[in-house]
Amino acid sequence: LPERSTNLLGVRHIVLVLSGKGGVGKSTLSTELALALRHRGHRVGILDVDLCGPSIPRMLRVQDRAVHQCDSGWVPVFVGQDRAIALMSIGFLLEQPDDAVVWRGPKKNALIKQFVTDVAWGDLDFLIVDTPPGTSDEHISTVEALRPYRLLGAILVTTPQ
Amino acid sequence: QPSLQPSLCLAECPGTGSAQAGSAAACQGCPNQGLCAAGAAGPDPAEAAELRARLRAVQHTVLVLSGKGGVGKSTFSAALAHGLAADEHKQVALLDIDICGPSIPKMMGLEGEQVHQSGSGWSPVYVEENIGVMSVGFLLSSPDDAVIWRGPKKNGLIKQFLRDVDWGEIDYLIVDTPPGTSDEHLSIVQYLSASHVDGAVIVTTPQEISLQDVRKEINFCHKVKLPIIGVVENMSGFVCPKCKKESQIFPPTTGGAEKMCQNLNVSLLGKVPLDPQIGRSCDRGQSFLSEAPDSPAALSYRNIIQSKAENHCALSVLSTAAIY
Repeated sequence: LPERSTNLLGVRHIVLVLSGKGGVGKSTLSTELALALRHRGHRVGILDVDLCGPSIPRMLRVQDRAVHQCDSGWVPVFVGQDRAIALMSIGFLLEQPDDAVVWRGPKKNALIKQFVTDVAWGDLDFLIVDTPPGTSDEHISTVEALRPYRLLGAILVTTPQ
Repeated sequence: QPSLQPSLCLAECPGTGSAQAGSAAACQGCPNQGLCAAGAAGPDPAEAAELRARLRAVQHTVLVLSGKGGVGKSTFSAALAHGLAADEHKQVALLDIDICGPSIPKMMGLEGEQVHQSGSGWSPVYVEENIGVMSVGFLLSSPDDAVIWRGPKKNGLIKQFLRDVDWGEIDYLIVDTPPGTSDEHLSIVQYLSASHVDGAVIVTTPQEISLQDVRKEINFCHKVKLPIIGVVENMSGFVCPKCKKESQIFPPTTGGAEKMCQNLNVSLLGKVPLDPQIGRSCDRGQSFLSEAPDSPAALSYRNIIQSKAENHCALSVLSTAAIY
C-alpha cells in the first residue's frame, strides 16, 4: 500500500465523481455538490484530477489564482470570502490558461500522486474528487493513491443516451 | 516539499520515442525517466518502416479532435464517413482510437461485430462495402467490459490498429479520438508521421467551459505541427419543432466558437444545432444524414462540408462528402 501522508488525515470523507463518458456534467456536479455541502455548513475540498481539461477553477471563478507552497506541501486555493471551499487543480499551475498539458501517463500519474499526498487540505468534512472521462491512468492512479484513506465511494454521472 | 516544483511541472514530455527521451528538463521526476534514458522506449526503425508501408495506400487522413468530452467528435466522425462514402468509388476507413469509451461501433450499427484475422492482418468491420471500421469495441467479449489500461498499453493497441489492420487502398482515413491531449493523441500523431495527415477538425460546443479545453487542443495541434482544417460548433442552438422558436441551450457566454476562431485565426467550418434526431440515430446505429436529410442539423452538416472547400485544399476532402 502507498504510504499514508499526513495531509489527508483531517479529511473525513472522500467522494469520487466518475463517468466514463465525457461532457455529461461531472465537473458541474462536483461543483454544485461542493457548494451544496458548504451551504449546509460543511468544510469541503475539491481535487480536480482532470489534467488535460481542468474545468473546476472557472466554475468557481478562481481561474486567475495561483497556488503556493508551505512546509506541508501545496496550499490549495480557497474559494469565497468565507474560504469554505478548498480547491486544487492543474489549472492553477498553467502559465497561460490556454497552455495544453501534453503529458503521457507516467507524468500524469506522478502529479496525481502529489495532488493526493502533498496538498495541505487541513480539516475537511468532504473531499470531492473530479475526474476526466475514461478508465485510464488518472483513474487508476487516483484510486491507488487514495486506498489508505477514508474513501466513501463514487458517484457516477451520465446522460440519457 | 513536493518534488515537482510548479515551474517544472508544466514542461512537456518530449515523447518516449524522441531523441531527448529521459534527458529533457521535463523528464526530471518522471517515473519513466530511467527507462527512457536507457533507450528502452526509443523509436524502432523497423517498426517505423512497417507503419510507412501500411499507410502508403492512404490518400487523405483527417483527425477529429476536441480536448473536451461529449461535444460530438464521434458523431461528426461517423457523419463524415457516411458523407465521404456516398461516392461508391471512394474507400473510407474509420478508425476509433478512443480505447476507454469507443462509441463508433454503436453509432455505425456494428455492435456485436468481431474482428477476424487473415494472412494479411486484421480485417476491418465493413458497414458498407466502402466503409471499413476498426475500434477496440470489436475486441471486447462483452460491451460493458471496461478497458482499464494505462498509457503504454493504449499506445500499443493504437500502433496495432495502424500496422496490423489490412485496410487496403484507402481514399480517406478518419480518426476519431478521445477527449484530451495525452497518450492517444501524441501516439497517433507520432505514428501517422509515417504518412501524410491533411489535418484536424476540432469539435466544440458554444460554452466557455468547452472552448477552454478546445483552445488547449488548438495549441496542441500547433505544438505537434498538425494543420487545423477548422472548427465545428455542435449543439449550437435548438429550434423547437412545435413553435419553431430558437433557444440557446448552451449559451455562448464568451462569443462561442465564432469568437474563438477569430481570436486564434482558425476557420469556423460551421455550426450544427442541437437536434434530438442526432442522438436517436447515434443510439440506433443509423446514419443521421440519411435518416433526417431535411433537418436543420443535416443541412448544417452539408454546409460545413461544402464551405471553404475552395480555400483549403485539405477541405476538398470534406467537400466531396457533400453528396446527398
